[in-house]
Amino acid sequence: MSYGIAYRTIAIKEIFRFIRIWPQTLLPPAITTALYFLIFGKLIGDRIGTVNGVSYMDYIVPGVILMSVISHSYANVVSSFYSTKFQHNIEELLVAPVPNWVILSGYITGGVVRGLMVGGVVALIAQVFSDIALNNLLVAISITVLTAILFSLAGFINALLAESFDDISIIPNFVLTPLSYLGGVFYSVNMLPGIWQAISMGNPMLYMINAFRYGLIGVTDVDIQIAFAMTGGFIILLTLFCLILLHKGIGIKN
Amino acid sequence: MNALSLHNLRKVYKNGFEALKGINLDVEEGDFFALLGPNGAGKSTAIGIISSLVNETSGTVSVFGHDLRKEREQAKSCIGLVPQEVNFNQFETVKSIVFNQAGYYGTPRKLALQRTEHCLKQMQLWDKRDSVSRRLSGGMKRRVMIARALVHEPKLLILDEPTAGVDIEIRRSMWDMIREVNNQGTTIILTTHYLEEAESLCRNIAIINHGKIVENSDMPSLLARLHVEHFILDLARPIDSAPVIDGYQIEKASEKALAVAVSKEYGLNRLFVELTQRNIEVVSLKNKTNRLEQLFMDLVDAKSQGEQ
Repeated sequence: MSYGIAYRTIAIKEIFRFIRIWPQTLLPPAITTALYFLIFGKLIGDRIGTVNGVSYMDYIVPGVILMSVISHSYANVVSSFYSTKFQHNIEELLVAPVPNWVILSGYITGGVVRGLMVGGVVALIAQVFSDIALNNLLVAISITVLTAILFSLAGFINALLAESFDDISIIPNFVLTPLSYLGGVFYSVNMLPGIWQAISMGNPMLYMINAFRYGLIGVTDVDIQIAFAMTGGFIILLTLFCLILLHKGIGIKN
Repeated sequence: MNALSLHNLRKVYKNGFEALKGINLDVEEGDFFALLGPNGAGKSTAIGIISSLVNETSGTVSVFGHDLRKEREQAKSCIGLVPQEVNFNQFETVKSIVFNQAGYYGTPRKLALQRTEHCLKQMQLWDKRDSVSRRLSGGMKRRVMIARALVHEPKLLILDEPTAGVDIEIRRSMWDMIREVNNQGTTIILTTHYLEEAESLCRNIAIINHGKIVENSDMPSLLARLHVEHFILDLARPIDSAPVIDGYQIEKASEKALAVAVSKEYGLNRLFVELTQRNIEVVSLKNKTNRLEQLFMDLVDAKSQGEQ
């Protein structure tokens, strides 16, 4: 039994799925983020001036890119895997000799690729509005990939535990969006008063966004080593959790 | 070698319902085996456990000698499942559904394409290969599931009500296709509510009721146990009342028809002689119910009454 073939089959199926419906998956983030850059970056940003020594437009570009990566890697896995469960297609995989880690890897690959493609689209649009010189390519790429993996895993857990379509919209609406807006996408955490600054430091997205900002423009509010350690730690934790859920058949087996 | 062995297989659902009460069952390699039972008897639970869709509470499942718990991958590789409900992605094309399934079993791309073509042709679906599956008819969807189950060349094919809801013509053509698969050496386990289907296709049979196997034998032996058969006799002329003939239970079914219960002890010849003497001319006769159906009802009813 070749696990490589099974993995490729799942991954390719997942990638073609979101490419086939690109008007729903790749086009909306391009339009939304173009509006962000135009309204917040250009119209309002010109009046704000600079943040941490860079123009407001340049300051928000990394956060907006990573926010798109987060929401789309999560959305890809949660919607695809939940639909698979809902339509009972998951049985195609459960009857086959595919180990759980291969199923997980295939779906996570789909989420990561969509996250990176959306991130790429948003970065191209950002080029129209700003002129960012890349500070550290390795940091920028690695934190993007790790963030996409982490939120794909989170989407997978959501899909496994969800019992209705309502359940797959609760986390993105009430957890992910607030955390990413409060994760320093549009402001520096140093601009907040003391207590709010301390509370913000408990938001994991703050670390990822700042590490990515460091990779792009060399500006960060946090230690990027902590950002990498935290993201890596969460990935290990969520991977183990996913594998336990799959092993027990929670959400997919009777 | 047994294609399938179930030993003390038990399933208790979270709500406390005991769907399987420790069943034992052996299916020989190459067999065409019917697993029958009324709704809720435990058939689907048993099939779910065998195909890894349901976790068993206790007991063992062995597929071609591979224990489903200890050698899960080897055991799974031997099984192809055609489920009761359509469970493929209805937005995918027929070809990609079958091709992807081959990929899940680790079949290399070139071989997977060859087998996909072979299975779709075998199921008479090759001209529909690029159709989006939701646009197919009910019968075609069922055949897609059979093609998908066959693409990794399983040694054991499980068909869970494969012809449910399809018209008689398609059902008959599907029987021929399934027979052909069995003739090529694939062991088949069939569940169905069409008992005529089981009688026509299967060599051995098990009947499950209330989570227990209530009958397990070969089809001819089982049918031989049918002591009384019910016939409808179509008559040439109307009759006023049913004749009384010693040894036969006869009822008037309509103006020109009689319903007769015939025991093996008396047979049909004497009945015809008696009717001819009474100037009653029989034009044709037919079984009132399918023979297996009659036995099935007898066995299920007897077991239910025994439990009460």
